[in-house]
Amino acid sequence: MEIFTKKGDQLLTSPEAEPSQRMQRRQFLRYAGAGTAAVGLLAAEACKKDRNSYTGVYLGSGDIGILNYAYALEQLEAAFYIQVVGNTNFKTIFPSTSEQNLFTDIRDHEVAHREFFKAALGTSAIPALQVNFTSIDFTTRAGVLAASKSFEDLGVSAYNGAGYLIQNPDYLTFAGKIVSVEARHAAYIRDLIAPNSFVGSDVVDIASTGKEMERTPAQVLAIAGTYITTKINADDLPTS
Amino acid sequence: MDLLNIIEEIEKVDPEFQEKISPRRAAIKNITSFGSKVAVAALPFALGSLFKKAYAQQSTSAIVGVLNYALQLEFLEANFYNAGLTSTTFATMKAGLSASELAGLTLIQTDENNHVKYLQGVITQLGGTPVNFTAANFDFTAKGTFPMVYTSSDIWLAVAETFEDTGVRAYKGQATALLRNKTVLTAALNIHSVEARHASHLRMLRRARGVSIKPWITGANDTGIGTSVNASYAGEDNVVQGPVTITNLPGVSGNTSVNAATEAFDEPLTMPQVVQIVTPFFK
Repeated sequence: MEIFTKKGDQLLTSPEAEPSQRMQRRQFLRYAGAGTAAVGLLAAEACKKDRNSYTGVYLGSGDIGILNYAYALEQLEAAFYIQVVGNTNFKTIFPSTSEQNLFTDIRDHEVAHREFFKAALGTSAIPALQVNFTSIDFTTRAGVLAASKSFEDLGVSAYNGAGYLIQNPDYLTFAGKIVSVEARHAAYIRDLIAPNSFVGSDVVDIASTGKEMERTPAQVLAIAGTYITTKINADDLPTS
Repeated sequence: MDLLNIIEEIEKVDPEFQEKISPRRAAIKNITSFGSKVAVAALPFALGSLFKKAYAQQSTSAIVGVLNYALQLEFLEANFYNAGLTSTTFATMKAGLSASELAGLTLIQTDENNHVKYLQGVITQLGGTPVNFTAANFDFTAKGTFPMVYTSSDIWLAVAETFEDTGVRAYKGQATALLRNKTVLTAALNIHSVEARHASHLRMLRRARGVSIKPWITGANDTGIGTSVNASYAGEDNVVQGPVTITNLPGVSGNTSVNAATEAFDEPLTMPQVVQIVTPFFK
């Protein structure tokens, strides 16, 4: 599998992504041949379609596709906050201990979400994605807060927009358990940027219904793709 | 196990079964043609999700029931903010709120009243009859549990916070009843996340007032207002999500902490749990 980078369309191989993806398929075939209990309907379907999709990391179809979509977003968020909290200037741009603690909490939540999806998806999980945060200004408080807000609002709108695509009620409940935590993050960060912007009119229809505005996976991936170097193949995500 | 025979058997009692599972029937055929290589042990899970999908279509009356439940909770919240911010009964309490606090609370009040109107509209569109409540229906002391709610802004904000946290959990608990319903589930999720934004904001208001609390729920009852609100937080200390024990997962340094594991996942409440929690607030 070739991994195309966005920069200059160079054909590059992602050292992390490729072997593990290849390994998964090999493992799958081995399990299928051996007839062990490890192969489920969805895995079989995902593998079948994967044969025709050599243009990126394949999210899969059905619920597995949606879970991998969520896993991709959580990978992005976790990588972002690990960098925020790990930067040498973290305590300079967030001098308050309260802010330092809460940002560290958010990082730990996103890592927990990422690891949860990785564990739950098992051999159906996509590999680790390569991220590119060069467009984010990590040197200033305003830069970090603006990016945090974008990621959190994006995450909430993504879960809200994908909920009805999920077929298994247990998976829907997992998504519900996570999305409200992302909304808590979003509100906290927005209030740090501007007091009382926790339900801003750019995310909530405050003038009429009081509802958040959801995004489709295509809309979300177009935005998230700015920060993900690894090419993602979302061709078979459910759309209805 | 012969899958195709099973489907034929089901069709005898449900002639529409094929249509319900289409186009997934093709997937089953693929699996069977895949042959004996597919482990039989894996199939019950696949079948389970197939049936869940086929029979997940909710009746309109069931959807209206869920929406009226949500509407009742939104009436509770809307009336709580309406009373606190406009009724003379709460004047002493309101005097304890800063201009900035009032500005944010007014936004929440607007959202909750809009949720009421929105749900009334959807229920009516579905041919249902929306439940209705007025200011006279509520007792915000919860039958004397919070006698200071009229005079103490600290207590009033704490009650507001438990309403929002409970609301988040109530919507979450109904998501599966709306499975696959693009319009209604998406609307419910879009209200659910707004309630979570409110909860986060109220928690930060209380944190700024010196309460040891975070925008997210840590463990079970973390409100600092005593055991009377324990039911609103029952089960929030859960660290096991399906097959995954979150505290066994790697964190940035060592395993994920118990606090992070409980904060990272908000838990649902069932309808009976929520009804029990909010009943004291209705006269």
